Amino acid sequence: MAQLIKNQAVAVDAWKTLEIAEGETPETVALPAGDVIFPLAVWQARKAEIISCHKRIGLLITPDDRVEDVAADLDYFIVIAVHFPRFVDGRGYSTAALLRQRYGYQGELRAVGDVLHDQLFFMKRVGFDSYALKDGKSVDFALAAGFTPFAEPYQGATDQPEPHFRRRSA
Amino acid sequence: MYKYDAIDRQLVNERVAQFRDQVRRWQDGELTDDEFRPLRLQNGLYVQRHAPMFRIAVPYGLLNSTQLRKLAFLARTYDRGYGHFTTRHNLQLNWPQITDVPDMLAHLAEVEMHAIQTSGNCIRNITTDQFAGVAADEVIDPRPLAEILRQWSTFHPEFAFLPRKFKIAISGTREDRAVTWFHDIGLHLVEGPGGETGFRVIVGGGLGRTPIRGQVVREYLPWQHILSYCEAILRVYNRFGRRDNAYKARIKILVQALGVEEFARQVEAEWVHGKDGPATITQAEFDRVAAHFVAPAYETLPAADREFEQRRQSEKAFARWVDRNTHAHKVPGYAAVTLSLKPHGVAPGDITSDQMDAVAGLADRYSFGELRISHEQNIILADVRQSNLYALWQEAKAIGLATPNIGLLTGIICCPGGDFCDLANAKSIPIATAIQQRFDDLDYLFDIGEIDLNISGCMNACGHHHVGHIGVLGVDKNDAEFYQVTLGGRQGNDAKLGKVIGPSFSAGEMPDVVDKIIKVYIENRHTDERFLDTLDRIGIDPFKNRVYEGRAHGRAKAAEKEAA
Ligand code: SF4
Repeated sequence: MAQLIKNQAVAVDAWKTLEIAEGETPETVALPAGDVIFPLAVWQARKAEIISCHKRIGLLITPDDRVEDVAADLDYFIVIAVHFPRFVDGRGYSTAALLRQRYGYQGELRAVGDVLHDQLFFMKRVGFDSYALKDGKSVDFALAAGFTPFAEPYQGATDQPEPHFRRRSA
Repeated sequence: MYKYDAIDRQLVNERVAQFRDQVRRWQDGELTDDEFRPLRLQNGLYVQRHAPMFRIAVPYGLLNSTQLRKLAFLARTYDRGYGHFTTRHNLQLNWPQITDVPDMLAHLAEVEMHAIQTSGNCIRNITTDQFAGVAADEVIDPRPLAEILRQWSTFHPEFAFLPRKFKIAISGTREDRAVTWFHDIGLHLVEGPGGETGFRVIVGGGLGRTPIRGQVVREYLPWQHILSYCEAILRVYNRFGRRDNAYKARIKILVQALGVEEFARQVEAEWVHGKDGPATITQAEFDRVAAHFVAPAYETLPAADREFEQRRQSEKAFARWVDRNTHAHKVPGYAAVTLSLKPHGVAPGDITSDQMDAVAGLADRYSFGELRISHEQNIILADVRQSNLYALWQEAKAIGLATPNIGLLTGIICCPGGDFCDLANAKSIPIATAIQQRFDDLDYLFDIGEIDLNISGCMNACGHHHVGHIGVLGVDKNDAEFYQVTLGGRQGNDAKLGKVIGPSFSAGEMPDVVDKIIKVYIENRHTDERFLDTLDRIGIDPFKNRVYEGRAHGRAKAAEKEAA
């Protein structure tokens, strides 16, 4: 199990992520009860059904998904998980930046998958606020050092929209 | 040049601490090799044929003498007493220990240097023209914007894990000298209707395995918008660039796949959201940075120094050096000087620690304590008084850096190749030195005149062979090293890729091949025609015919024809 960091603390993860097993399709997979993170394809195929039986809804976005496709639905989601299949696949950073900066998503934005210590700073900057740190990595060390390697970055991002040059005292 | 403020300093110091900790965790097994690899690459650390290779950033090619002395110290203390300047203005050391690198970074930070993003799939060192700020034909000094781009690209959180490396060049002259047609993004000066500064935005150029000239995505972009526009380009690339095949992952492939119109449409659609946003460069920020690049305290001098002219008349060797290694300066009485890192018989771009120390002294005494590295792998002293040229020449000669071969056949651009580089198909340095030895006669070299010969040890093209007038590419044929020759490549506004002349050659044949090419030129040239002019006029066939005359290849072809 990955270890969840949320609001700069270790958190208990109440969410289950729906996995589509072999032989199942987004159209046919059984929708479990409880707090569930649904893959984007399932959400698209079964939106009405999900809304009717779930109060708290989560969404899973993988790198091949287009965030534009769910831009109009963001109010439904309490958590959006952005999947990093490998930490060197940086598409999730743009997904997060778009969700926060362009589409105004305010809910929990969670990095899942190959989430490692040395990427936490970048993730925080583009707008993630929870992190499913990969198994075997130290949560304590992540909390102590992972988010703060650099105190004052140059460029604007979600966490600080103004680049440093606009915040300089003259 | 740019001086760090508290924030700049803090960032590089934090980077040293971060990397020190990463190395520790890697040694302790907390980081796997796979997890550590991208982290060390983004600090310029490769693991190469003999040992790690460590690449130090020289942002837009600018150094002061203190920094060069530090590089000399690092090469002497942690390596074998020399380094290699690359075609991207960086310094490479070939034998440091990984565990020494944190200390080396700490030394670099002391003199406002680093190795940030000198490798890896991120935004690399910004490059520009080596004569920035002093060129007689310069319209704007690109260095303030290059520094602003450097800061913006440093640890950009959204673009630290791109599909592939990403290179940006910026040029402030009408005649492009920063190879802007062959970068992931090239920003080439264009003046607006009222004389305002703007840039033509060229995307998707690159040498490497699939050499492609970039395409214009926007004809005119006011300078204030370059950061937000680059962000739009990078976001489209980060999201949609290919990640399934490293050879197809550069932005040029995406631009080709979408077509430049569709790519530009996506960028413009993205830019609508960032345009005029916080990334817009303010005049205040431009002025703050530009204040670091004000002209040094030039003296008012006559345009021509009498003693200098006399020396030039009376000493042929000096005249030759002046002819090849000095360049027009916008201030009367001054010249820019190129110290050739291409002495015959030494690996092109290599320089010893002792030479670095000596060059630092030359910079202090003759050029306001500053110097530049050019993408041709030479060192430039940009602000030398004419009256000092003779003394400078003598000192440069004494340290072996006054070969008068800039722009000539032996001023070869050459990558480290198979002697050092893991990716190489073939050695490149011995080819360069063999050609230099063959053309060691200065009279002949001057008679041949201007010609660029570029050598790469593999299709990654670090030696820019595609844009050499003569390009040489190392290829692997059944595990043996061979060399493919191209003709007619060039840099500048009419930048163009060279054409392959035919089957490849063995290392031993290469000096003869070049010799034959040169002979065809000499036999056919009109007065005042440079190599390239003759080549453009007569085409490549006469060169081909001579080079392949009597070779099995030629006979085989003839036999084929007969049979047909
Ligand atoms: S061109 Fe190839 S051989 Fe030469 S340095 Fe680059 S990768 Fe290495």
